[in-house]
Amino acid sequence: MEQKAEAQGGLSYLDGYAPQPGVSDELFDANGRMRPVWRPFVDAFSGLRRDEVAGRFERGNQYLRDAGVYFRQYSNEPLQEREWPLSHIPVVLHETEWEEICAGLAQRADLLEAVMADLYGPGRLVAEGHLPVELVAESPHWLHPMVNVPPPGGHFLHVLAFEIGRSPDGSWFVLGDRTQAPSGAGFALENRMATSRMFPESFSNDRIHRLAGFFSDFRAALDSLATGPDGQPRRTGILTPGPANDAYFEHTYIARYLGLMLLEGEDLTVQNGQAMVRTIEGPEPVGALWRRIDGQFADPLELDPDSQIGTPGLVEAVAAGNLALANALGSGVLETRAMMAFLPRISRVLTGKALTIPNIATWWCGGEPERDYVRANAARMVIGPAGAVDLPFDWSSASVVAGTLRDGARGSLDDLLATKGATLVGQEAVNLSTTPAWVGDGETGALRPCPMTVRVFATRTPSGWRFMKGGYARIGPEGDGSALAMQRGGTVADVWISADGPVAQPTLATTPAGGFRRQRSGTLPARAADNLYWLGRYVERCEDLIRLVRAYHLRLATVEGPGDPRLGLIRSYLSPFGVDTSQAMPQALVERLDAAQACASKIRDRFSTDGWAALKDLSDTMRAMQSTARPGDDAARAMSVLLRKITGFSGLVHENMYRFAGWRFLSLGRAIERSDGLVAMLATFTDEGAPPGALDVAVEVADSVMTHQRRYRINSNRDTVVDLLTLDSDNPRAVLFQVAEMERLATALPGATVAGRPGPLLRLILPIKARLEVAEPADITPEVLAGLRGDLAAISDRIAQSYLR
Amino acid sequence: MLYDVKLRIAYSYTAPSDRTRLVVRLLPNTIPATQDVVSRLLTFDPVPAERRERVDFFGNTMTTAVWHQPMKALTIGLDARFDRKPVREFLDFSPPVDALATEIAQRRSLASHAPQHFAAASRRAGPDPEMTAFSRDRIAPGMTTLQAIEAIGRALHTTMRFDAAATDVGTPAREAFDKRHGVCQDFSHVMISCLRGIGIPAGYVSGFLRTLPPPGQPRLEGADAMHAWVRAWAGNELGWIEYDPTNAQFAGTDYLTVAWGRDYDDVSPVRGALRVAGGQASTQAVDVIPVEG
Repeated sequence: MEQKAEAQGGLSYLDGYAPQPGVSDELFDANGRMRPVWRPFVDAFSGLRRDEVAGRFERGNQYLRDAGVYFRQYSNEPLQEREWPLSHIPVVLHETEWEEICAGLAQRADLLEAVMADLYGPGRLVAEGHLPVELVAESPHWLHPMVNVPPPGGHFLHVLAFEIGRSPDGSWFVLGDRTQAPSGAGFALENRMATSRMFPESFSNDRIHRLAGFFSDFRAALDSLATGPDGQPRRTGILTPGPANDAYFEHTYIARYLGLMLLEGEDLTVQNGQAMVRTIEGPEPVGALWRRIDGQFADPLELDPDSQIGTPGLVEAVAAGNLALANALGSGVLETRAMMAFLPRISRVLTGKALTIPNIATWWCGGEPERDYVRANAARMVIGPAGAVDLPFDWSSASVVAGTLRDGARGSLDDLLATKGATLVGQEAVNLSTTPAWVGDGETGALRPCPMTVRVFATRTPSGWRFMKGGYARIGPEGDGSALAMQRGGTVADVWISADGPVAQPTLATTPAGGFRRQRSGTLPARAADNLYWLGRYVERCEDLIRLVRAYHLRLATVEGPGDPRLGLIRSYLSPFGVDTSQAMPQALVERLDAAQACASKIRDRFSTDGWAALKDLSDTMRAMQSTARPGDDAARAMSVLLRKITGFSGLVHENMYRFAGWRFLSLGRAIERSDGLVAMLATFTDEGAPPGALDVAVEVADSVMTHQRRYRINSNRDTVVDLLTLDSDNPRAVLFQVAEMERLATALPGATVAGRPGPLLRLILPIKARLEVAEPADITPEVLAGLRGDLAAISDRIAQSYLR
Repeated sequence: MLYDVKLRIAYSYTAPSDRTRLVVRLLPNTIPATQDVVSRLLTFDPVPAERRERVDFFGNTMTTAVWHQPMKALTIGLDARFDRKPVREFLDFSPPVDALATEIAQRRSLASHAPQHFAAASRRAGPDPEMTAFSRDRIAPGMTTLQAIEAIGRALHTTMRFDAAATDVGTPAREAFDKRHGVCQDFSHVMISCLRGIGIPAGYVSGFLRTLPPPGQPRLEGADAMHAWVRAWAGNELGWIEYDPTNAQFAGTDYLTVAWGRDYDDVSPVRGALRVAGGQASTQAVDVIPVEG
């Protein structure tokens, strides 16, 4: 009885679910019957109470937050991230239907490959009039330097995505081909992680296909592309435009998931026609890259000369047959919207067959009959730039929707068509199918039919195209079948491909051989090492400055207050660092932390999610304090809060981070910065002219008050302070301790010793350590301190020269 | 007519440049009925660790040179002997400007000489409302394409002032046009933009001019460095025509071609990627001397 009542209560989530007439619905067929493939999910969902629904959704959101999944909006603000817009209800499709879709898309993928081969080869399609010359010649994505450059491995296209939708009659059609650098496969994986946490019961019966098989296929394909002519494996990686790209999170995520190096253009160099990745052990050959940067930016020498993100010589490496790219440079031209107008005919010309899955009806307005047709039917069309490569629902300004000019388009439609016909295409304003999405909050919301498109991913394998058994769906707002753009606030949903019986369960955790592959060591790119090194330095410097600012405000809050002569000393010491002590929460600290965050953002594939979250929390706290903290006691307390947080970050890093080469660079940065901070502070605060009590400030800033009391049992004097903060091998806040640490770290780096003798870096560190080991406090004169700073700078330069470039 | 060409480009860096990679388009090629390249030698000092020659999309020879060691100075030298063919005589069979579009549409080819590559905006030159308006003001109804090319070229020569110091290699065409000054590169980019604006496909030629004029004739502007002029498409019958807006004349036997493309970016003689901490300076010297007897 109780179950039934719940089920009834649950079904109320579908009360008022009324698909629009004239569109098909994923959940209900034309007769209003629920499609069987949805039944298990709907039953399970209907059994949930409202608070449970809210709880499940929150579980998914929590996963995404914890995993650090974000979506970057294009904007001028750096590092602007927004929460991943998950639509919690999956889209469910039956595997039989999915297989039909994939078969149709495999045909389309082969066609795209053939068109690509022609556009960069014989040019038959243009010569025979199947494609207008100007569409190709004027496209910024048709890269003429790639003409007659055969792709290593024989194929141009290796990884594709298709945006598909369902028409009112129930059949599927293609809205857009993604051939340049298809994004979303990683986001599909994250959506799956989230839904499997929300709806574990749906996965317990093993009827939903897993996504992992697709990724292992892709990884295997990339590895085989990377194999050198001699059969030797060469390295693979993901070539990313960097943190400013809207899909950067996905790049870092997939790099981690697949164990691929995440590379930016400057990580690569080309030597004798071979692309090499610069690692801390020197350059190593790269055989294949998953290219996520647009082709024209890949090489400033032979492609766009203004590109800041490319690799000089990359085209030469491709032309020499030594570097395979998935996909080949220049594949973006296939995304040209007007291409859709010609592909159906090209399919018949090249293969003798019609496309099984049609694409969205498209008319290129460069031809007179097409132009007239578009003019006559403008009311049910979207008209926009022929050369654009965005998807139909991403159409921006300067387009015409349903015969009405949008912002940015000038003049009348007739004028536009008459004068600029060849630059325009008309596309049928499609009605997309609807799928249930949760509208409203957990307490009052309900399932409502919302329009959707599905992104399908394909990868080339030796046995043909393989498709991800799943994908991600974009969900638009209820009642608006056209405005789906993610950037304008749509949501995304997981796509479940459901079988009638249990399905095979591949994961990436096992390999066909049954063993495991241990990654070769030393794959740390020099740029990543550089960022880790500076992250270590910035965070340490930040901590040092926070301690000094706290020391300042503690004294400001005492009876003597502003009259304390030590205030002036701290003030003048901090001023070269840009710290303005009149600000309770100095701007310079925020900037120092921003620099640390900028470094961390470039190495997110190597950096724990918790570590990133801790940095972000620190930065948020600092910014909040900028408006609240008041000088004196309040600021001192604020600094204490920051110190606890920054120590938390350091703890995370040093407790949890695997001791691989990257950690060593982070730690080297920290050791050098800490030593330098100590030496600089000692030079000022142990100076003969320093006011009384300056020594205590130094001991306090070095967090060594208790130790000082225990070790010396007298009031501080110059010798005790110098002894404790310079010559003590057991005090982590002594220079000797940190130099010994540098020695340990440097010993573990590649090239530490040369023919059994210390290498260049150790040769700089060892003498300093030896000098400090035998020195007495009186030996540490101001001149010696100044010399030490120079020695530390030399060590830093040496690290940069040997490893970071 | 035989010419000996000697070009020296010297760079010096205030701090040693690291990992230099250059793409150089300086080696000239034989062009049927226009020029034979009798000999050509491209040298680098210091000698690069890697050097390769390829032919680019437009048919130009592209030399890639890579140095693995830092260097403080670099000299690039070209020594070539050209046999410049006499200029072909032609009658104006070009279509009226309005009819050119029809002839362009008849060309169905992606080959590098196809006019479509040169019709739309490229990175450094392209239709621009102001320059198009300038063109329209200078063409009369019924004018042939060839007449339009000459009219616009002359008009630019009259309105724009040659000024070797006013612009640099990165100056946009529109800026040079607005200020009505520049060097051969600017004249060419402006003219290309003006022509494309009224539907005439146009490209950019880099090359050399004879240094000293024949007796009794004035010395041409641009003879003391590499020169640039315009190649425009005058219809199926005439094909590509070369015009030099800097000197207001069709390219004659004083003109030796090195490379051509849509604009400067396609033919830049030396494009480089190098890491330099400080600045760099360069000098260029050209001699184009007729070979006696």
